[in-house]
Amino acid sequence: MRGLRLSQEGVVFALAVALFAAFGATLHNFLTPGNLVALVRSVSILGILGLGMGLVVIGRGIDLAMVATMVVSLSWVLSMAQGGMPLETALMFGLALALGIGVINGVLVAYADIPAIFTTLAMGLVAYGAGRAFMFQIDVQNTPAGYAWFDFLGQGSIAGLPMPIIAFAVLAALMALLLLRTRFGRFVYAAGDNALAARITGIPLRPLIVAQYVVSALIAFLAGLVMAAAVSGMSTRVYNSTMIYDVLLVVVLGGISLSGGRGGVRNILVGTLLVGVLLNGMTILDITYTTQNLIKSLILLLAIIVDSFINPRDEQTSQQSQGDI
Amino acid sequence: MKIRKLLTAGLTAGMMALGFAGSALADDGLDNPSRNAFYDGVKGKRVVFVPLAMGFDLTEGWAAIMRKQAADLGYTLDIRDPNWSTDAGTRALTALISEKPDVIIAHNPDVQSYARLLKRAMDSGIKVIQLNLESVVPTDAYIGADWSRVGYIEAEQLVKHCGTGSGKSGKVAIIRGQPTAASDLYELYAYKQTFAKDPAIKVVSEQAAQYDPAKARAIMETVLQQHPDLCGVVGNWDNQDVGAGAAIQAAGKADDIFVITSGGGNQIGCDNIQKGLLDTIVSYDVPLQGEAINQQIVQTLLSPAKAGETKTAYYTPLTLLTKDNIGPRTCWTLDQLK
Repeated sequence: MRGLRLSQEGVVFALAVALFAAFGATLHNFLTPGNLVALVRSVSILGILGLGMGLVVIGRGIDLAMVATMVVSLSWVLSMAQGGMPLETALMFGLALALGIGVINGVLVAYADIPAIFTTLAMGLVAYGAGRAFMFQIDVQNTPAGYAWFDFLGQGSIAGLPMPIIAFAVLAALMALLLLRTRFGRFVYAAGDNALAARITGIPLRPLIVAQYVVSALIAFLAGLVMAAAVSGMSTRVYNSTMIYDVLLVVVLGGISLSGGRGGVRNILVGTLLVGVLLNGMTILDITYTTQNLIKSLILLLAIIVDSFINPRDEQTSQQSQGDI
Repeated sequence: MKIRKLLTAGLTAGMMALGFAGSALADDGLDNPSRNAFYDGVKGKRVVFVPLAMGFDLTEGWAAIMRKQAADLGYTLDIRDPNWSTDAGTRALTALISEKPDVIIAHNPDVQSYARLLKRAMDSGIKVIQLNLESVVPTDAYIGADWSRVGYIEAEQLVKHCGTGSGKSGKVAIIRGQPTAASDLYELYAYKQTFAKDPAIKVVSEQAAQYDPAKARAIMETVLQQHPDLCGVVGNWDNQDVGAGAAIQAAGKADDIFVITSGGGNQIGCDNIQKGLLDTIVSYDVPLQGEAINQQIVQTLLSPAKAGETKTAYYTPLTLLTKDNIGPRTCWTLDQLK
């Protein structure tokens, strides 16, 4: 019976394959290895952020502060490095900042019981505002010269695959291990599915929630590391873009239900793939900016509608203390 | 003593009556009577600048120059930073209309959003200067680049490199910025007009990067896969198009593909030319624009005309920056302007 059930992941995967086939058949040079590598590369940062967001969403939360965490911690690192501090030391400070933001998010959600969507939305603004006011003045920070290992993280390649793709693959594998093979991972599923039941069975619910936000902040920092290395700098304007919604698009599109407890790394990979195919195809087709936005938002709307059909709100989900997102 | 004083007074009075006054003044120099009107006219006035955002080369450059003059002449310069949010900018302008500063300097995110508000500001007696990005409503003054001309210059350079007789493929890519901004719309018109004249030019891609170098890079990577024989790229802003340059360099085609864009002539742009990421920047020279806006502020403050009564524009000079003509002093850094 379960095998026959239509899952959103299946629908999205089929859609991605169909789009892929259609583009492959109609677009010149779409199926070349070069284009496929470019396709995955262009969405690998999005995918990495999706891994962190996915974890939190599985735990029935949401982390809208991820992009701010990424932008602020890395901009601070680069700004300190330009001021003469060794990059390695600066990175330690940046990492501490990112983890600090994660801890605050987690504590506010877990112990103060503030809904995650508001906590992280506000926290993103706080982090960005504090960053712009106290940590860096110019909105584009360039990477300091002379750190070959850092440049390699973003611009190098192993066996023909650019580093951002490798980083995405490694982090995806680690996240899959974390979710499926560790006690922490199983607890996240349990808490996301039914937080009260999880608590009654003896899972330390609140520390678990804090840990989720710390992991997502850590992933945001790593994504920022790869991004800064790839484009030789960090633009704080990224925070003002629609990137956080694109991350959410990847997660929801892939079939991780916003009501928690379902989905996994595979869903994120599928969601990332679909977005990648879509963006690449639309760029090749040279579709105008406004139409691209329209297509993207229609697909997100479609995914949310499909999500609510496949994972309907029921008695159990609507009673949970965190409320519906 | 008293007698002596009286005598002097009497003598002075006598001399003045005789017309010696002029020569006495000439010995002490001349108090310029018209300078007071200049200083008094600007002193204590309030000027507010609403940029797209602070924190990037153009706005920081202009602001540094404007601040210096404001401090020097004793008028206040406030900056309302909407940080790339058109919404926040609109709110700032609405608030300003009721605050009634003497002059608003607006840096328009697109040609429409601020248009009505700027008109309302002028109707309520506030003079409005638009800086470098104009809206569809002409105001008391526009100071900034002539984007159509920037577009024609860029397109002509590109045609020279890729058009008929160049022996190249003629394939060009256009990287737009924010598709509703004045710079984007006017440049695009100029590109299309120019390219239409040369049948060899084929526009193979026209995508918006929204001022984001990472996006420009992703677009260029895809375009290069489709058109490995691409000949040239024309873009909206150097800070954005450096991403396209990075993709071209990563593909090992920096020598084959000509990248032309425009910018404020900041040192970072020049560094990117040196690194081979960009080939030519049409510079609208921020220090020069800063002086022009300063002059316009004073003129607007002193002018007896009512807000919206006269409408002028000054298109600031453009220079072409290439590897061959940039030296250590060609481009500016923020520290020099402060």
